[in-house]
Amino acid sequence: MGKHDTFKEGLGAAWPICLGYVPIGLAFGVLAQKAGLSPAEIAMMSIFVFAGSSQFIAVSMLSAGAGPLAVIATAFMVNIRHLLMSSALSVYLRRPGRLQLTLLAYGVTDESFAVNLGRFHQQNWDIRQALVVNQSANAVWIICTVLGGYGGGIIPQGALGLDYALTAMFICLLVFQLRGRIYILTALLAGGVATAVALLIPGNCYIILAAVAAATMGVVCQKKIAFFQNGPAVAKTMDD
Amino acid sequence: MGAVTFLPRWIPLFFLSNRKLPDWFVEWLDLIPAAILSALLIPALVTAGDPRRLILWRPELLVAVPTFLFALKTKSLGGTVVVGMLLFWLVGKV
Repeated sequence: MGKHDTFKEGLGAAWPICLGYVPIGLAFGVLAQKAGLSPAEIAMMSIFVFAGSSQFIAVSMLSAGAGPLAVIATAFMVNIRHLLMSSALSVYLRRPGRLQLTLLAYGVTDESFAVNLGRFHQQNWDIRQALVVNQSANAVWIICTVLGGYGGGIIPQGALGLDYALTAMFICLLVFQLRGRIYILTALLAGGVATAVALLIPGNCYIILAAVAAATMGVVCQKKIAFFQNGPAVAKTMDD
Repeated sequence: MGAVTFLPRWIPLFFLSNRKLPDWFVEWLDLIPAAILSALLIPALVTAGDPRRLILWRPELLVAVPTFLFALKTKSLGGTVVVGMLLFWLVGKV
């Protein structure tokens, strides 16, 4: 496969992410500028942190006068869910170079994770296309946050339903993941647990809590089903 | 702040890829995408406000139903994104 194809395939997968990043990036830039960050500082933050929700929270904490340690601790908590995403991606990476891995890790977001994982499943995907997806999404994010910092009212609020781009993308990517009963069961459990926890506890720890709980229950159910269908002997070998 | 957002992304990729993982862990990781996408999506559709409250009749959820059906039928990511945006825009106009 030529370099040109890799690039084109990567962009073909990345465009919904890029589209969705436009309104969010602009909105972030506007907020950051109101919190007193210069366009250069916004660029630095988008380059070094590259995490939408953490950046929003950091800026609102900064404007509320929070100290750097509190901001950093919060950013860590908000992004700890990427531990799960990178773990799930690692299954598909065989013999990658260290530099490539590090570059890929830099670009792991909720969005790029979901897009790349869907493609890895279809098996015509490797780390090079994944890098194109991550890096093009990153570039759009940096550009849009900086543009927002220069005066964000370029795109009127609610224009063309852009605010729904990422939600629609996640809906479709979830559909791709529903490849059998056990996946549907796990997704239902995760959605239910996440909603319950989200209503009870502020912040976004509901994501990681619900995902871990639902995947664990999913694996247990799978074992139970194997046990009842095939008897103890087969279930035992599955455990080994 | 850059380090704390980078390390959770880097550590699993660096230490888990190229390694033979136990079967149960691979099965568990295989369920993680469905779990995490649903955990990201569902609360965003049915809760709003600060503190969050359960609100079922939000345009986000209303549009999600036909968008979900379209995705199920066509399996097209680009098409789903465009249809979802269009419906959300139309609902906003009403």
